[in-house]
Amino acid sequence: MSQFQAIERYQPTRPTYQLLPFRFTPLDEHQYVLTNLAGEYIVLDRPSLHEFLAHRLANADPAYIDLRARHFLMDESTAIAPTLLSLKLRTRYQRLAEFTGLHLFVVTLRCEHSCPYCQVSRRSQDTQRYDMTPEAANAALALAFRSPSKHIKIEFQGGEPLLNFPLIQTIVLEAESRNQALGKDLAFVIATNLALINDDILSFCHDHAILLSTSLDGPKDLHNVNRPRPGGDSYERTVRGITLAREVLGHDRVSALMTTTEASLSRVHDIINEYVVQGFKGIFLRPLSPYGFALKTRSYHAYNTERWLSFYRQGLDHIIERNRQGHDFTEYYASIILKKMFTSEDPGYVDLMSPAGIGIGAAVYNYDGSVYASDESRMLAEMGKDTFKLGHVLTHTYEELFTSPTLLDPLEESFAYSSPMCHDCAFEPYCGADPVYHYAMHGDFVGRKPESEFCRRNMETFRYLILKMENDPFAKRLFLQWANR
Amino acid sequence: MLKLSGRLPVLQNLNGAPYLATVTKDEHLAPNLKPTRALLMSEGMNPIGFKAILVKDHRRVSPGQDSDVFQLEEEFEYLSEGDIVQLDPSSGSMRCLYRRNSDHNTILLTEQCDHYCLMCSQPPKRIDDSWLLTEATELISRIPQETTCLGFSGGEPTLYGRAFIDLLTHTKTCLPMTAIDVLSNGRAFKDIGFARQYAAIQHPDLLIGIPVYSDDPVRHNYVVQSQGAFDETIRGILNLKSLNQRVEIRIVIHRQTVGRLVKTCEFIARNLLFVDHVALMGLEITGFTRPNLEALWIDPYEYKDVLSEAVGVLNSYGMHASVYNHQLCTVNSDIGGNYRKSISDWKNEYLDECRACSKVQDCGGFFSSSKRHKHSQYIKPFATP
Repeated sequence: MSQFQAIERYQPTRPTYQLLPFRFTPLDEHQYVLTNLAGEYIVLDRPSLHEFLAHRLANADPAYIDLRARHFLMDESTAIAPTLLSLKLRTRYQRLAEFTGLHLFVVTLRCEHSCPYCQVSRRSQDTQRYDMTPEAANAALALAFRSPSKHIKIEFQGGEPLLNFPLIQTIVLEAESRNQALGKDLAFVIATNLALINDDILSFCHDHAILLSTSLDGPKDLHNVNRPRPGGDSYERTVRGITLAREVLGHDRVSALMTTTEASLSRVHDIINEYVVQGFKGIFLRPLSPYGFALKTRSYHAYNTERWLSFYRQGLDHIIERNRQGHDFTEYYASIILKKMFTSEDPGYVDLMSPAGIGIGAAVYNYDGSVYASDESRMLAEMGKDTFKLGHVLTHTYEELFTSPTLLDPLEESFAYSSPMCHDCAFEPYCGADPVYHYAMHGDFVGRKPESEFCRRNMETFRYLILKMENDPFAKRLFLQWANR
Repeated sequence: MLKLSGRLPVLQNLNGAPYLATVTKDEHLAPNLKPTRALLMSEGMNPIGFKAILVKDHRRVSPGQDSDVFQLEEEFEYLSEGDIVQLDPSSGSMRCLYRRNSDHNTILLTEQCDHYCLMCSQPPKRIDDSWLLTEATELISRIPQETTCLGFSGGEPTLYGRAFIDLLTHTKTCLPMTAIDVLSNGRAFKDIGFARQYAAIQHPDLLIGIPVYSDDPVRHNYVVQSQGAFDETIRGILNLKSLNQRVEIRIVIHRQTVGRLVKTCEFIARNLLFVDHVALMGLEITGFTRPNLEALWIDPYEYKDVLSEAVGVLNSYGMHASVYNHQLCTVNSDIGGNYRKSISDWKNEYLDECRACSKVQDCGGFFSSSKRHKHSQYIKPFATP
């Protein structure tokens, strides 16, 4: 007789098992996706799911072994799952204790562009009316540094923030000086169309390690239609600006964002190829913004979600193929979601946070000194709904702004884990509570999920990503890298 | 393969009991050091005052010395200045415990273990061998401070409890600059009190290597032949990392672990991302592996794609991962960045066909035991590029 025991000896003696908290949602006609508390997923066919739920799954079944190893069930052989699950969950939520890390300063509303999709800019020379004052900026800075976060990122927004560059300089110098005693990890970004960039500005950016984030909507014709300016040369100026900025600041110090418009929807390959040509290592295929025209005509908007999904799928497929051919290129929206699927790290993307990112993920100090809970909140205010206006930098204290019911109520009410339908959704760990969107569309912070385009768009994206990985081992490997980039 | 222990002909036995001695070729050592030294005797040397004399040719020793005299056989001719040996003049037993010119010195602390792994290279014995710990303590005192690294293995060293902590403290005092690797199954650290004692040593360069053979608790428990092992090992790792101790996870790849290797790496990346290193190791054909060879053996060439995928998972998560104990011709080139020459010098060999290989310098080669008993069928020299 062997002195060694067979593996059966280590199986539980009784065939009983305990279900751990998990949720499931159909993935396609035959398969279901199950997610555990920490967001780990497993795909099962319908019969296996049934057996599992009925406590009839045999402990030698490969599905049983996977479910146990990934903390969907517990039996006599192991009791470690609650410890590991809670560790992962704590890790996922640890960002909350940090509170607000991103602080957006709208230094001016003025802009020399007149993009139709922009809700906030003014073609005006009236600096009195549309520029942030140094007093307001200073008060905003004091508020930003009250955040307990060890990492403070100050992003300059507009309008076109370079139109008020002197204020940017003042804020940067003042922030650095305040931070000498605090020692936080301080970073600066300017969101600019780069049309007005010059050597002096770049030299200041270089000396203060300021990152540039620009807008590039695609190839020249598309970009210039999307982003009109006097002279119709937005594309030329942006590309020239990218080149200049890279020379002074370094290649990776300049990033670009695209906005999807009606005209973009049929051009996803062109858009991606433009990013490749301009030497970017990835692209953020952003959904259509609901603020503005789309919000007013809901059926049009619903139609657009389908078209956006088709745009997104085509784009993602194209990018995967590029990678398969050996060209390293990332789609950043997918990589945010994949980080949530495969790690316990919260990527901190405001639209996909629960509790919502408003106020916690980012705060906006508007040109006029008013404080908003997010960039979308101030866009909503431009359309006449100032529901998410927290107060004013000169008249409210930090406590009044960040512990007011105006912020806390939508945070609490929209928390996805306790929202109707979200609570039961397998994709909840990947998704976010977006009270601003749902308020804009449905008039309350929770919204009506069956009608929610936010919901539909994201659920379909999650499904698409998971199915890709189930069907294509290359995509699985690639996505794991994106999750950790 | 170097023979690290054996029996020597005893030409003279004065001391009777076993003792440690540091090997020297210097007959002019200070007189107070000579009683702790074994002289590697050459023609014309004056051996007076040395604890022991190692001679190649017994005719060269005149009778009437006041030392034990051992005849050194050819297989021990590697012994050189600064090596430390244990000598037993009653039995003639000699064990080389420390080789000064090697980076692969491992000190066996015990042969007792609470695991009974299918592929154990050092099969456990249920005997009181605490003399090994006493010997290790003395050995540490003798090892020169400039030693770069040193391993402690077993059996399961933590079975000593507090005495194991004391040994590490002693090691930190004697060898403050030496990197220490400990091999343990980690279960003792499920007790946070014990983990705190370990952390309180505050050793500047200490790594504990702990095996996790599967993400499936049942399979891990089967491989180590112990109920409850998985949970206790994981709790041990969590406690050690909560105290900022450096932990390496070690996975031996064989037929019982390879099937879930990728999932095990995913489990590690997902649950134990904070460990410092993951080692994916080839099988050593010694100890229990030999009776269990049929259940354990899989040709590394057959699992090379699995290995690539497993390494790819760990690399994706930015974990430090290494592949040990494999030959270059049995792995895919995509794991090149993780490939290490890892086999301890004294048991590291190559096949005859490896002489023609252009990559032999970069290749980790074989365990002596693999060369003798079982190795991949796909060993093929790389052509000169």
